Amino acid sequence: MHPPEHKLSSGLAIEELPLPDVVVIPVSQHLGAPAKVLVNRGDQVKIGQLIAQSEGFVSTNIHSSVSGKVLKVDQFLDSSGYKKMAVQIQVEGEVWEENIDRTDDLVRNTVLKSEAIRKKILEAGIVGLGGATFPSHVKLMVPKGKTAEYVIINGVECEPYLTADHALMIERTEEVFAGIQVLMKGLGVDKAIVGIENNKPDAIQKMKQIAQGSQMQVQVQGLKVKYPQGGEKQLVQALLKREVPSGGLPIDVGVVVFNVGTALAAYEAVNKNRPLIDRVVTVTGKSLKKPSNFLVRIGTPVSYLVEKAGGLPGDTAKVVNGGPMMGKALSTLDVPVVKGSSGILLISEDEARRKELLPCIRCTKCVTVCPMGLEPYLMMTLSERSLFERMEGEKVMDCIECGSCSYTCPSSRPLLDYIRLGKAQVGKIMRARKAV
Amino acid sequence: MNKFIVSPSPHAYTDQSVSKLMYGVIISLLPALAVSVWFFGIGMIVVSAVSVASCILFEYLIQRYIMKVKPTHLDGSAVLTGLLLAFCLPSNLPFWIVMIGALAAVGIGKMTFGGLGNNIFNPALVGRVFLFISFPVAMTAWPEVGQWMKYTDAVTGATPLGMMKEGLAFNTVGEIMPELPSFLHLLTGKMMGSSGEVSALALLAGMLFMMYRKIISWHIPISILLTVFVFTGALWLANPDRFADPLFHLLSGGLMLGAIYMATDYVTSPMTGKGMIIYGVGIGVVTVLIRTFGAYPEGVQFAILIFNGFTPLINKFVKPKRFGKEVNRG
Repeated sequence: MHPPEHKLSSGLAIEELPLPDVVVIPVSQHLGAPAKVLVNRGDQVKIGQLIAQSEGFVSTNIHSSVSGKVLKVDQFLDSSGYKKMAVQIQVEGEVWEENIDRTDDLVRNTVLKSEAIRKKILEAGIVGLGGATFPSHVKLMVPKGKTAEYVIINGVECEPYLTADHALMIERTEEVFAGIQVLMKGLGVDKAIVGIENNKPDAIQKMKQIAQGSQMQVQVQGLKVKYPQGGEKQLVQALLKREVPSGGLPIDVGVVVFNVGTALAAYEAVNKNRPLIDRVVTVTGKSLKKPSNFLVRIGTPVSYLVEKAGGLPGDTAKVVNGGPMMGKALSTLDVPVVKGSSGILLISEDEARRKELLPCIRCTKCVTVCPMGLEPYLMMTLSERSLFERMEGEKVMDCIECGSCSYTCPSSRPLLDYIRLGKAQVGKIMRARKAV
Repeated sequence: MNKFIVSPSPHAYTDQSVSKLMYGVIISLLPALAVSVWFFGIGMIVVSAVSVASCILFEYLIQRYIMKVKPTHLDGSAVLTGLLLAFCLPSNLPFWIVMIGALAAVGIGKMTFGGLGNNIFNPALVGRVFLFISFPVAMTAWPEVGQWMKYTDAVTGATPLGMMKEGLAFNTVGEIMPELPSFLHLLTGKMMGSSGEVSALALLAGMLFMMYRKIISWHIPISILLTVFVFTGALWLANPDRFADPLFHLLSGGLMLGAIYMATDYVTSPMTGKGMIIYGVGIGVVTVLIRTFGAYPEGVQFAILIFNGFTPLINKFVKPKRFGKEVNRG
C-alpha cells in the first residue's frame, strides 16, 4: 500500500527550540513499569539528573531535561489521554550534570564491553524512539537459546508526514553510525543493515558514503516505498527474507531492530554520557504555517511546539501524536512531548471526520493490504458478534495495528477498531487460560 | 479552549469509495455500450435506458417502502446492475419484459438478501436467468446487426454459438465454420447475441481499464478465459470435427462479458487470489461442459451462478498466506 506521503517538512534542517518556562516529565514514557520518582517538591535539579528510577526488568530511567526547581510531583494528563504521575519543573538557567560530554567532538570508538554498554543504556533511559518505546537495554539481552546475527537499523519512516528520522540521517550521520557500532557491540554481532525507503535518496546516499569509509560491516539498503514497511517484522522480511514467526520476536530469526533515533540516543548515552533528554519531533499539517523538525527537550508542552511552528491553524480539528496511520489523537495541546513523540500532526476539519459507514461489498482491498495475511473484513464480523475464540483461530493476535485495512476500506468501515476490541478480548481469554 | 476530535488510528483514509468504484466499472463499460449502440441502434438504447431506470426505481421503492431504510439507489450499484442486465438481453426485447427482469434482479437478486453486500448471487444474472426461463422465445430471438431504427420489429436470427450447436447435430465443425461470422467480426462484435456481449475488443479494453484503476485484479477474468481456452483447446485437438476451436469459444457468446464483468462482482466472488483462481477455473470448466455437452448453446451465466453459490465455501477454506509460521512456545 502507498498512501500519499505529504512529507511537508522533508529536507528542513533540525531546529533547536529555546527552552519553555515549565516542563512536565511523566515517569512512564516507556512500555513496562513506571519509574519510581526520586525528587520532591522544591528540589533543585540539573539537566540530565536522574529524577525517576527504573522499577523492574521492563522499565527504564527518567532524567530531568532542564535545570530548575521541582514545582510539583503529581498526576498530569499525558498523550495517552489519562492522568499519570509526572514531575513538573520550573526552568531556571542551564545547569548541566558535570559528567555529560557536551562538546561536538565525535567519539567513534566504544571501549566498553557488551555488559557495560547495556548498563549505560539502562542508566541513560534509552527506549525505542520509533514510537513503541520499548526499553532498549532489554532488547540488548539475547534470551537463552537464541543468537543475534544482525542488527537492523530502521530508517524507513513509512508514516506519511513524518521526517524526524530523515533529518537525523542527513544531519547526524556520523553519530548515528557510531550509535550503530555501540548497538552492535552491545549485542556482540558484527553485521548491521540500515533500511531506508527510496523516497529519501539524500539520506541513502549520505549513509552509504559514511558506511563505505567505516571499518564496520554496515550495509545501507534502499527499499521500495511501501506502508507499513517500518514495522519490525515487515522490515526484517524486506531486508533478509526471514519471516518472524507468529507470536515471536525478530530475535527468533537472529535479528534485533532499532530505530535510527535510538541509535543516536545509544551513541550519546554510551560515548558521550548523555541521557535521553531530548528528541527530534516533526510538527506538521497541511494548514500549518511553518512545518518543522524541532529538537525538543522531553517534557516541553505540545502547545509550545505548535506555537513555534506558526500557531494553531483555525481549521484544526484533530491533533495526532505521531503519524496519521498509527499515531494517537490528543484531546488537548496541554500535554508534554515524551520519548515516543515522533511527530505532532494537525488535521483539518474536512479530513478529521470519518465518512459514512456503508455495508462491506467484499472488494478484498483489506485482505490485499494486510501485511500479516489476515482477513480484516472477517475479523470485524466476528468481533461484532463476539465470536472471540474464532478470532483467535484466525490469528487476530498477529495484527500489528498498522491501520492499512481501515485506511483502504471504500465503505469506511472501522475495521481496526473492531480488531482492537477482539484483541483485547482474546488477550483476556488467553490470560484466563494460563491462570488455570 | 479547543475541542479536538479524538478517535483511534488511522487518521487518514483513502479517497476511494463504493460509489467511485461502481462508477469506475460503469465508465469501463462505455466502449462496449458504444459498440453495441453502433450495431443494434435504437433497440440497445431503449433496453439499456429502461433497464437502468427500472433498477434505480425498484431499488428506491423497495428500500423506501418495504425495507424502510434510507434509499441508496444512486450509489452506482443499481445503475451498474441495470447496465449489466441490459448487456445480457437481446436488444429487441419489449420494454415491459426488461422491467420484469429489473424487478427480478434488484428485488429477488439483491434486496431479499438485505441489499448491497449481502446477496449471494449476481443480481444482473439472476434477472437474466429469470427472464430466460420465463420468456424463452423472446430471450432467444437475436436481432441481426445494422438495423438502426428497428426495435421489437427487428429481423432476428441465431447466435454463432447457437448455430454451432444446431449444426453439430448433422454437420462437422469444418462444414459449419464458413456460415459463421469471421474471426475479425467475432473480435469487433459484428455478430448476433445479447446486446452488450458482442464486442470482445471493447470488453477487453474495459478489463484493462479496470485493472489499471485497480478496481479488479487479474485473477478471475484471466483464470476463466485461460481455463476455457485450455479445455476447449484440448477437446478441439482431440476431435476437430466435433469441437470448435478455442479461439471461437473465447470470442463468442457471453464469455467475455461474464468473465470480465459478471464473475468479478465483488460481493459474489471470493476474497483471496487463490480462491479467485479456484472460482475462475470452476466457472471455465462448467461453461465449457454446458456449451459442448449440455442442452444450451451458452453456459457462462449458469456457471457463474453455480460458483457464486460456492463462494462462501471457498472463503471458508482458502485463507490468505499468513505472515510467519506458527511455532510452539511452551
